Amino acid sequence: MKESLGSRLFNTCNYGVLGIIGAITLFPLYYVFVVSFTDPHEFADKNGFILFPVHWSTSAYDYLFSTSAFLKATGVSTFLATVGTALSLMVTSAIAFGLSRKRLRGRRFILIGIVLTLLFNPGFIPPYLVVRELGLINSVWSLIVPVLTSGWYVILMKSFFDNIPVELEEAAMIDGSTDLGTFFRIVLPLSAPALAAFGLFYAVAYWNTFFTAVLYINDFAKVPLQIVLRNMLVDSSTSTGGATAVEMVSDQQIPTQTIKMAAVVISTLPILCVYPFLQKHFTKGVMLGSVKG
Amino acid sequence: MAVDAQTAKLNRTADSGENTARKRLWLDVRRDKYLYLLILPGVLYFIMFKYIPMWGVIIAFQDYSPYMGMLHSQWVGLEHFVRFFSNPDFALLFRNTMMISLLNLIFFFPLPILLSLLLNEVAQRAFKRTIQSIVYLPHFLSWVIIAGITFLLLSQSSGIVNMLLEKAGFHPIDFLTNKNLFWVLLTLQNIWKETGWGTIIILAAITAVDPQLYEAAKIDGANRLRQTWHITLPAIRNVIIVLLILRLGSIMDVGFEQIFLMMNGAVTDVADVFETYVYRNGIQNGQFSYSTAVGLFKSVIGLVLVVLANRLAKKFGEEGVF
Repeated sequence: MKESLGSRLFNTCNYGVLGIIGAITLFPLYYVFVVSFTDPHEFADKNGFILFPVHWSTSAYDYLFSTSAFLKATGVSTFLATVGTALSLMVTSAIAFGLSRKRLRGRRFILIGIVLTLLFNPGFIPPYLVVRELGLINSVWSLIVPVLTSGWYVILMKSFFDNIPVELEEAAMIDGSTDLGTFFRIVLPLSAPALAAFGLFYAVAYWNTFFTAVLYINDFAKVPLQIVLRNMLVDSSTSTGGATAVEMVSDQQIPTQTIKMAAVVISTLPILCVYPFLQKHFTKGVMLGSVKG
Repeated sequence: MAVDAQTAKLNRTADSGENTARKRLWLDVRRDKYLYLLILPGVLYFIMFKYIPMWGVIIAFQDYSPYMGMLHSQWVGLEHFVRFFSNPDFALLFRNTMMISLLNLIFFFPLPILLSLLLNEVAQRAFKRTIQSIVYLPHFLSWVIIAGITFLLLSQSSGIVNMLLEKAGFHPIDFLTNKNLFWVLLTLQNIWKETGWGTIIILAAITAVDPQLYEAAKIDGANRLRQTWHITLPAIRNVIIVLLILRLGSIMDVGFEQIFLMMNGAVTDVADVFETYVYRNGIQNGQFSYSTAVGLFKSVIGLVLVVLANRLAKKFGEEGVF
């Protein structure tokens, strides 16, 4: 069947509009990328008006990799995104599995308790006082332990475990498997897609850790990447907040625009690298959340 | 005598019934000891970082001092609340929160729906996938990065947008320090970051539409626009209504990290929201009790709104969230 003129016109417009939306989304990222590789003199000469550099230069990256503050902060964020994610997945899947066993005494009580934490948020002063009482201020653990799991993820993962066919677990039980055996050998392997989705969400959240660090870390040797980035990117003369704001860059030169953008590129890169592999999983993760609830 | 013996017997059976129940509980717990071990870290987390802080909001009614602790600090009743409500800051925080939320509701909320409808009309799968991959991406970028990119693009002295404006013969615009533009700026950032992500749930609702409906409409001679209007939109109406209700339920929640990063001295009047106020007074100035009271006020309103929104959402035939 040949498409009508109207339909063809509709298609053209639609593809055009979507193309423009894609371009608007990508342009800022492209521009950041290009500026980061531009020779600083060329950037100054052209007054920032660069769509494609004449002279490519890696000097901004060379500079960043020579500063200890940037490298250290990248190390902290890498630690959070790996160790933090692993711990979060373990704790979340363990409690979700336990709560998906219908015979467990006290299960309803705990579940209701978890739902209540989603409804009422005590603000951030009381948790801050708890973290302080625990002596975690200025410890890298203060960026992991207070956000170790979340009520949402526990409930979503529990509903995922609920949907695993009971027969599989019963067969394992008959073969003499214990609860722990069932969890590690049957439920977890079957949940690989869900674990990938939640792992991605946790890893991105840990990599993007910012506000917990503003609250809990005052020591510049221990700040994560986003804090260093903030100090480089946000004009410290106009910025209001953050006890940790200005001091960090004070021992260095004021970073040039190309250096700032190189820092943005480096801190975006890990996300860009894992993104294509996990894309189909995260849409599933979102769906799990929206459909099941 | 006989009656006494009977009651005694009854008591005994009741006793032993209670005993066996307790015994069974104990046996069940022992049988599932490894399960309890599995849930233990999570349960400890929720007690430590959710329930103790929930209980910790009582310092809003105290003059909390870190040396005295929660148990020994002096009670002051509603003093902090009275102080907050009689403070002109209160109206300002409320206005800013509402305006930022409403702008998002009006200008951001419809966009994922529109984008989903456009994406749904794309027949070429590779093109659709590419656009989807691109528009989902900004969701994963941190607010720090987005703030940084915003500064790069919009800075008055060196931003590319102002360079273009100047080349075209206009005066440069102080996007970042202009009170009138601050809310617009926040909304635009939010649109860029989250529109694509918002399409996931709507596209899923669209896939659930029965293809036969489109076939029938085609035979009746409906063109693509009319199919969208008469089939797709009514089919996803409930999802849209539920999303809207839930959005209204969280109207007190504005993008705090975003505001915290974009805020500067020139725009404090329009940028200050409950959390930034709590941060300044609580963490920076150490007024723990007062700022907890401010946070508690916001949380209680938030709680009421969420519960109401959820009830309403259930009325629309959706499962709701809780």
